[in-house]
Amino acid sequence: MSMKRSLSSFAIGALFGIGLIVSGMIHPQKVQDFLDFSGQWDASLALVMGGALLVTALTFPLILKRREPLFANKFHLPTAKEVDSKLLIGSALFGIGWGLGGFCPGPAIVGLVSGSTAPIVFVGSMIVGMVLHRVYHDMRNPTS
Amino acid sequence: MHHFTPISALVGGLLIGSAAALMLLLKGRIAGISGILGGLLHPSKGDASWRALFLVGMLSAPLGYLLWTGHLPQVTATTSYRTLVVAGLLVGFGTRLGSGCTSGHGVCGLARRSSRSIYATLTFMLAGAVTVFVTRHLLGVSP
Repeated sequence: MSMKRSLSSFAIGALFGIGLIVSGMIHPQKVQDFLDFSGQWDASLALVMGGALLVTALTFPLILKRREPLFANKFHLPTAKEVDSKLLIGSALFGIGWGLGGFCPGPAIVGLVSGSTAPIVFVGSMIVGMVLHRVYHDMRNPTS
Repeated sequence: MHHFTPISALVGGLLIGSAAALMLLLKGRIAGISGILGGLLHPSKGDASWRALFLVGMLSAPLGYLLWTGHLPQVTATTSYRTLVVAGLLVGFGTRLGSGCTSGHGVCGLARRSSRSIYATLTFMLAGAVTVFVTRHLLGVSP
């Protein structure tokens, strides 16, 4: 991997992380306040999503008109099209965990470098959950 | 913390969206955090280093914040460790089963007008809201 590619991966990750910090998404209670429609609803995170979507919705169609990305020879896009039970059950489990802890994966990873132990506990457990999914996946698809 | 912070939320969102746009423009990939981390746990050949570098970049963001402000970002979680462990397991398993999280489905998938991502985003938003309603207002266990 060239220096240019390595540096871009690092820089994009850093920019993403800075965005998560500035946005306030790294505060679990703020996330839960956003999800709390029957309490004192904090609409801030709707603006995080709105701001991010503003950029992606405007730029993605233009970028995808290109034949290839700048630093790679092809686009790697999800190919699945079907809305199936795995998508819905998985998303529901994720949503329950998100509501319980106030962490989704990105903010929890950034929170590892905050001096607080909560993100460390959460991310450790999240990785175990990902490994358990792999074990479950391999059990159901023994040939793959 | 019932503070509406529209400016920082919007600016943060614009930065997140810009990172996702650069990811697609430069590398042709979706900036989905659960997918990037999950793929690193079982990497195929030549596929691990960009994922690791991206995550190291994310971890360096608080250090950039430290240089700028003089202190690390505060993460105040009032949730018990037991709840965090359960939440982590659900988020880890669920995002892999559902092929994405807030970033991959919410920020990138919706911009691609993927119907899977629209269903996924509505599902995790609804499940999150129901969970907060039950824990805060019915059980009263969460602040």
